[in-house]
Amino acid sequence: MILSYYPGCTLKTKAQDLDLYARKSAEVLGVTMEELEEWQCCGAVYPMASDEIATKLSAVRALENAKEKGQDLLTLCSACHHVIKRVNHDMQTNADMQMKVNNYLQLDEPYTGETKVVHYLEMLRDLVGFDKIKEKVVNPLKGKKIAAYYGCLLLRPSDVLQFDNPENPSIMEDFIRSIGATPVETPYRNECCGGYVSMENKKLAQKKVDLIISSAMEKGAEMIITACPLCMYNLDANSTEHKLPIVYFTELLAEALGVK
Amino acid sequence: MDKFLQEQILRMSGVNTRKCMKCGKCSGTCPAYDEMEYHPHQFVAMVESGDIDALMQSNSIWTCLSCFACVERCPRSVEPANLIEAVRLAVIRQQNANHLKAQEIPENLEEKLPQQAIVSAFRKYSK
Ligand code: SF4
Ligand code: SF4
Repeated sequence: MILSYYPGCTLKTKAQDLDLYARKSAEVLGVTMEELEEWQCCGAVYPMASDEIATKLSAVRALENAKEKGQDLLTLCSACHHVIKRVNHDMQTNADMQMKVNNYLQLDEPYTGETKVVHYLEMLRDLVGFDKIKEKVVNPLKGKKIAAYYGCLLLRPSDVLQFDNPENPSIMEDFIRSIGATPVETPYRNECCGGYVSMENKKLAQKKVDLIISSAMEKGAEMIITACPLCMYNLDANSTEHKLPIVYFTELLAEALGVK
Repeated sequence: MDKFLQEQILRMSGVNTRKCMKCGKCSGTCPAYDEMEYHPHQFVAMVESGDIDALMQSNSIWTCLSCFACVERCPRSVEPANLIEAVRLAVIRQQNANHLKAQEIPENLEEKLPQQAIVSAFRKYSK
């Protein structure tokens, strides 16, 4: 199985572990991640206003490149996934945006949202299957109690993201089970950590983070997994009361598959 | 009341404020509620009544976390976060009205701060 892959800027710099262990694990699982030859930063935030066009172009270019290769587009960073998936939805449903973007890009054939966007976790669930992962695990993380932190970007708005049940998701818990560990469900797993204000309103970010960490500890979690570099940073750097190890889910996957 | 500004906000956000049934669920679920002068449901009501200036001057446009909880949980699909973003844009699209300036970045840099944090802060707070 070959997928086009959009890593994004943070995975090339501060979040190299998220990327590296995803690639190593994919090899074991029989998935080839073919990085797009050219890609630009997605902007990290989906531009909500209907008159924002230029800020959506980098996502369209990545989508178009995957379309030319006839491949699905694999994403890994939660923010990249959110932006690219929502821009793709705009390109499928918003005639005004379709026209303006295509007028500007002048492609051989207009892009109208043909590419399928797949997050790495969706790839594990829908294309590989958690049962298959279980078979490939050589180093099950037995007895480890792990809390999944979903955050906002993978789940909402659910009518566009269609990732999982936005209020009671299970994909990350199923993932934790597949590598032999024990999932711990926490009440704030799909509430915001305040990552966007972590630079200029630390107090607010700290308040949100402390709530997430302390509730995970109360439930007996030994670590928290995430798919988002901003959540990773924020949960780690801005917890003031307690500390829990925050780990990229791909790192645990690689460990379980014996390629770390 | 600034009719032109009101129309602009409605057009940019794509929100129909009349769909709101004033249940308050958006504000009830908002993780930044305590930090806001005006809350998500008030954005809906105040844009409806054309009270845009007060919203443009409030801290709420900077404390909204863009978590989309209000969008997901509104029973009438009003999408209050889109209104907040539109008001924020109406502010930063003005000359010299950026909330975050490039000169402020170096003092905020931390060893582990991901690029994503800087890029997203710029997207949200500067034009
Ligand atoms: S998007 Fe903003 S207003 Fe809406 S719930 Fe989140 S923080 Fe509150
Ligand atoms: S949740 Fe929706 S309907 Fe209820 S007050 Fe907020 S915007 Fe209005």
